Amino acid sequence: MAIDKFLTIESSVVPLPIENVDTDQIIPARFLKATTREGFGENLFRDWRFDKSDQPKPDFVLNQNVYSGSILVAAKNFGSGSSREHAAWAIHDYGFKVVVSSFFADIFKNNALNSGLLPVQISEEFLSGIFEAIEKDPATKLKVDLINQEITLLTAGEKEGFEINSYKKECLLNGYDDIDYLLGLKDVIEQFEQSRD
Amino acid sequence: MAGKTLFDKIWDAHVVEVIKGGPSVVYIDKHLIHEVTSPQAFAGIDKRGIGVFRPQNTVATPDHNVPTVDQHLPIKDQLSRFQVDKLTENCEKHSITLYVLGHPFQGIVHVIGPELGITQPGMTMVCGDSHTSTHGAFGSVAFGIGTSEVEMVLATQCILQPKPKRMRINVEGELLKGVTAKDIILYIISKITASGGTGFFIEFAGSAIRELSMEGRMTVCNMSIESGARGGLIAPDDKTFEYIKGREFAPKGADFDKAVAKWKELKTDDDAVFDKELTYDAADIEPMITYGTNPGMGAKISGRIPVEQDIEKSNLMSFNKALNYMGFKAGDSIVGKEIDYVFVGSCTNGRIEDLREVAAFVKGRKKADNVTAWIVPGSKQIEKQANEEGITKILEEAGFKLRQPGCSACLAMNDDKIPEGKISVSTSNRNFEGRQGPGSRTMLASPLTAAAVAVSGKIVDPRTLL
Ligand code: SF4
Repeated sequence: MAIDKFLTIESSVVPLPIENVDTDQIIPARFLKATTREGFGENLFRDWRFDKSDQPKPDFVLNQNVYSGSILVAAKNFGSGSSREHAAWAIHDYGFKVVVSSFFADIFKNNALNSGLLPVQISEEFLSGIFEAIEKDPATKLKVDLINQEITLLTAGEKEGFEINSYKKECLLNGYDDIDYLLGLKDVIEQFEQSRD
Repeated sequence: MAGKTLFDKIWDAHVVEVIKGGPSVVYIDKHLIHEVTSPQAFAGIDKRGIGVFRPQNTVATPDHNVPTVDQHLPIKDQLSRFQVDKLTENCEKHSITLYVLGHPFQGIVHVIGPELGITQPGMTMVCGDSHTSTHGAFGSVAFGIGTSEVEMVLATQCILQPKPKRMRINVEGELLKGVTAKDIILYIISKITASGGTGFFIEFAGSAIRELSMEGRMTVCNMSIESGARGGLIAPDDKTFEYIKGREFAPKGADFDKAVAKWKELKTDDDAVFDKELTYDAADIEPMITYGTNPGMGAKISGRIPVEQDIEKSNLMSFNKALNYMGFKAGDSIVGKEIDYVFVGSCTNGRIEDLREVAAFVKGRKKADNVTAWIVPGSKQIEKQANEEGITKILEEAGFKLRQPGCSACLAMNDDKIPEGKISVSTSNRNFEGRQGPGSRTMLASPLTAAAVAVSGKIVDPRTLL
């Protein structure tokens, strides 16, 4: 399933200055009963976003009109816990293209990359800088440039580089996925199997 | 050249190719699937018009969303039923072995793998569930994957993975009375935090680990990922081989002896170097329980909830948020807290040894009136064994009831939900907000502690009742 090509993104951001956001918060288990990849955005952060009677909780950031955009900025250790890829799908389905944090859980990072959602890991300092800028001005914009592996806080002009392995970068820029790549290796895989017998 | 770690030996033997500047192509020996994280993967291969590459290397069972009562009836919840039916349909279509609800081999994926002898030393194993790390107890490299990766394995029997770093955690010495495998791992995570293992694959070693039963080792490896680690493993030994011998899919006769000879080579070389190594004294470990909303927030049950000064500054916000959610105060004594539910089950502690431990404790005692207790075996085979060994009867006499196998209240996808605001002492692996049902509050502990708490109706140090 080819994913969308990843282009440079300039957008206002949604701040979530909470640490250790686990995948059970991103998408609670009771919403994992679908058999397709679509529609999970509706239940993104369900129990933080809505109360028992399904009314939006006004203090949660996704319910605050001043914040919008396709970049989610969260505090450290984002995406811990369950391996459910549904978490990455929910974030993507809601409309985010990038998640920024100072630290990502391993499986979440892989899942995000496989779903066309770019995880951008930055330093603690740069992250606090972003949170401060948003607090002053909720319309603050970030620019995420995958080709040059740079993230820029547009108002202040401050920028930082970020890491991504060159293979994954190529995949995102061209909209390829890992399965296309692996399918191209079938002969090599068969040879490997034979060499083990 | 320095020697190799056990992890390196297994990993390297499965690398088909290394992509320059990228991940490795890793060959997968065994793939377990269940109803929740596989449908989109099957849809993916169907859409590509390809089949399953090696259907004989995948085994399927429904476990996550199944009811734990009346399993002989059609599943009431329509969405759950649809997911379970989808699994059956996909397995039939692609000739994958499936143990349907009610089959004598059905159970939680990570319980049935070892129980059926599917899990063997030296293998690479994956499943679309993070607690796949459980299988590392047999000296295999086993880890959880996302649905896109499930699709990769179905399509090519390989996945793309960056190689993790290596960590070794040694627990040396003898465990104190009343201290179990669950306490070891809760202790370790409380020390290294819920993100301290990120980027690593952990080998558990040391005399206290070697002394553990296979069940105990599975509990430790199961929760290794709650430290953020990719997985955990333990070098196989005679106990491992003995456990595997005679099981459904274990090699038989001369093949078994040949396999054991190979498995015996699976250990870390003396001069191997780890990226990180930690050593703990078994005698420091006491019965543990969690007070917060991630598995790293654990404390000695006999102690107090930490105060702000004990917490690292960067974790203060999580700490206060967690206490607020749990309704606890910093510095509170843990013993004596009122609880409402006890859940014994899950791939962490839903095995026969766990049920035996609970039964041995509650024999001749009665469950407290204020406690609702759910005891859910990890598999059909365990359920059967519990009946045969008289465990079910002992539990019933003490006021408990054994339910039918599944993940149940570990993630509350079925009807086994802890109500909002209620406190549950659970032998599962996650205490995240709402994990056991919206608004539920979870305290993780060992089966022994859970049994003691069920009888007392409040948090109690199990050692005072032994
Ligand atoms: S018991 Fe819990 S942790 Fe284990 S496989 Fe089921 S849901 Fe996952």
